Amino acid sequence: MRHGKYPFVIGFLFAPVALYVTFVIWPYAQAFQISMTNWRGLSAPQWVGFDNYRRLLDDGAFWKAVQHHGVLLLALPLITIAIALLFAFLLNVGGKSSGGQRQGVWGSKFYRVVFFFPQVLAVAIIAVLFQMVYRPNESGLINGVLMKFGMEPILFLVKPNLALWSIIAVLVWQAVGFYVVLFSAGMASIPGEIYEAAEMDGASKVTLFFRVTLPLLWDTLQVAWVYLGIAAFDAFAIVAVLSVDGGGPDGATTVLAMEIYRNAFVYSKYGYASAMGVALFFLTLTFAALTLRLSKRESVEY
Amino acid sequence: MSITPEHPAALDRRTVLRRAAAVGVLATPAIGLLGACATSGSDGDNEQVAGGTKSEKNPLGVKEDAPIEVVIFNGGYGEKYATDVHEPLYKKAFPKSEVKHQATQAVSTVLQPRFASGNPPEFVNNSGEKFLDFGALVNDGQLQDLTELWDAPSVDDPSKKVRDTIIPGVVEQGMFSTADGQRKPFVLYYVSTVYGIWYSGKLFKDNGWTAPTNFDQFMALCEQIKAKGITPYGYAGANAAYYQWNVILTQAAKIGGADVLKNIDNLEDGAWKQDAVKQAAEAWAEIGAKYSDKSFEGLKHTDVQLRQNQGKVAFYPSGDWLENEQKKDTPAGFTYQLMPVPSLTASDKLPATAIRAAGGEGYFVSSKSKNPRGGMEYMRQMLSKAGARGFTETVGAATVVPAGSEGFQFPPGVASAQAALKAAGQDVFNMLFDNWYKELDTEARTATNELMFGRIKADAFVERIQKRADAIKKDSSVTKFKR
Repeated sequence: MRHGKYPFVIGFLFAPVALYVTFVIWPYAQAFQISMTNWRGLSAPQWVGFDNYRRLLDDGAFWKAVQHHGVLLLALPLITIAIALLFAFLLNVGGKSSGGQRQGVWGSKFYRVVFFFPQVLAVAIIAVLFQMVYRPNESGLINGVLMKFGMEPILFLVKPNLALWSIIAVLVWQAVGFYVVLFSAGMASIPGEIYEAAEMDGASKVTLFFRVTLPLLWDTLQVAWVYLGIAAFDAFAIVAVLSVDGGGPDGATTVLAMEIYRNAFVYSKYGYASAMGVALFFLTLTFAALTLRLSKRESVEY
Repeated sequence: MSITPEHPAALDRRTVLRRAAAVGVLATPAIGLLGACATSGSDGDNEQVAGGTKSEKNPLGVKEDAPIEVVIFNGGYGEKYATDVHEPLYKKAFPKSEVKHQATQAVSTVLQPRFASGNPPEFVNNSGEKFLDFGALVNDGQLQDLTELWDAPSVDDPSKKVRDTIIPGVVEQGMFSTADGQRKPFVLYYVSTVYGIWYSGKLFKDNGWTAPTNFDQFMALCEQIKAKGITPYGYAGANAAYYQWNVILTQAAKIGGADVLKNIDNLEDGAWKQDAVKQAAEAWAEIGAKYSDKSFEGLKHTDVQLRQNQGKVAFYPSGDWLENEQKKDTPAGFTYQLMPVPSLTASDKLPATAIRAAGGEGYFVSSKSKNPRGGMEYMRQMLSKAGARGFTETVGAATVVPAGSEGFQFPPGVASAQAALKAAGQDVFNMLFDNWYKELDTEARTATNELMFGRIKADAFVERIQKRADAIKKDSSVTKFKR
């Protein structure tokens, strides 16, 4: 039957590989090709070599966007993971233990559902929602309250040094729920005996967290870091809908996808936009490779 | 034209893109996917239909049973004027033809792939936030030369050419230079648009205020309005900063003459650094600092317009589509009124009545569509008295066909705009750079917010826009236009 095996395998592989090549690999290759042209979207593209990339080097908006990705790359995973870990710990092992079984804080089942809510909403809806929250006058959710108490409204999305952080806050708010669930799953697979043993030795909750939970959750954390890192290279929907003047004020919240969008669909510079897309592709790839490399560490067997 | 009111429902098109770019990595193939269907350069099946016989009723020689497809931007003016007025007119003239109607809020998203694949619709209302770049279309030979239409006899009076039935300057406004350097009419600008500063006639009457004609009066009145607890002046920074650069440049044209704007449009060296532009920027930066509200930078145009309807804002800059756009929110008796931008100095080159007015809302016929003659005939029907009248009755705005608005009872706002246009006489000017160079528009918007909300001074304002204008001038991939 040996000779019948290959046709069988190839037969199965053909459809998915063909689909993958057509809808993933080929567009990638095309993006590389278009990035070498000055295509305006209508007529046949003209080959211009590396001109678009040279132009990228002194495009202020591009570098601003890259810089913002740097900030996002640090802030988004750090803050999200910190908050999600804390919540997951409280929900799963932060309470009393009963019958040798670790329990979450009181009402943890309810909180678990509540935390997941933002994940259910479409990103665009979240952005529109936060337009209301951040609105800079008396009809804003936050400023309405502040102004009732006679305070000056906070211009969340308008102050250049506050705008990006207002965006990051939304991204964190939206992401935390998912990672609480992810970490909860991770924690559930940590055997209760380890906690029990540590507690018998007199470990406090803080010690439990840092000495037991964290090391045994390392693999999950690593995954979370890569996911959030990739999310940090996106942020497009929130920026596009929420920010002032499309990534403003004066580019204070712009991200690469926003600039790609603007160059492609507003300026009709598809070639240049593709060059930015290629740059984004390499940035993301480099990040993923680096993270997986740096966070390589013996996982604990239990 | 980007001067058209943006439709607030920006959500749908963003959702589409969000999906494409959901993860950073995906942004690359998203652009590529577009390319996949586009760069292959297929000619599609755009075999053009043969012409019909020319006759008195059919001067353009349209094939009588050939279908046409009409794409309308569903924005400030809606789509009813097309489905209820223009399309029935065409059907009446050519009963055997079929008119296919499509409305969209994102013209380029819907049509870009169709142009790329060589199967464009006959007639397009290219407008809204996402209109197709006219320059790119012209460059690619996608637009039908409208010379034949303008020279054809008009529907109502065969002894008159179509070009003689419309406001002078409109044909000129739709002219673009082709790749071989010829200037040809490609675009029909259909709606008569007047720009200015709007206020509530009722609010002013109740308080005994009158519209100022010079800047000293304007500042003095702003002071009074402020004392009443009303924000004297405001525009929406979040998405409508161009309403404000329009005011600043209108001011500049009044100070230094209409050539100031011509220089800007033609990307002349130092055009933005002309004294008139700087003076205008200084004057308006002061208004922004003293008489506006910092929170407006975070608001959308609909928010600020609503605040004006609620009596919380006195002056708001916009075009004369404003009244129709706000119809639902305007309280009874509000009485929209337009005033021209007040003159800055006694030595201004243009009088206080001078005003920016233009044909707004661009329409074109695709030269590579199946039935371009049908598209032109559709335009001829639009420009008939019945077509123009129907449009005016449906949306309450005047067209570039004066016969269509004759004796029509306009709502107070549009009426005041038409009166201002009449009062301006010959002192009417326009600017086109935002249509020609969208990057310059973007830069001007950003710089305007920086200026009006007090982060930069007039010097830096003109400096940074000039820098971008210079860069565009040097950029060989951008098609240049002259007027």
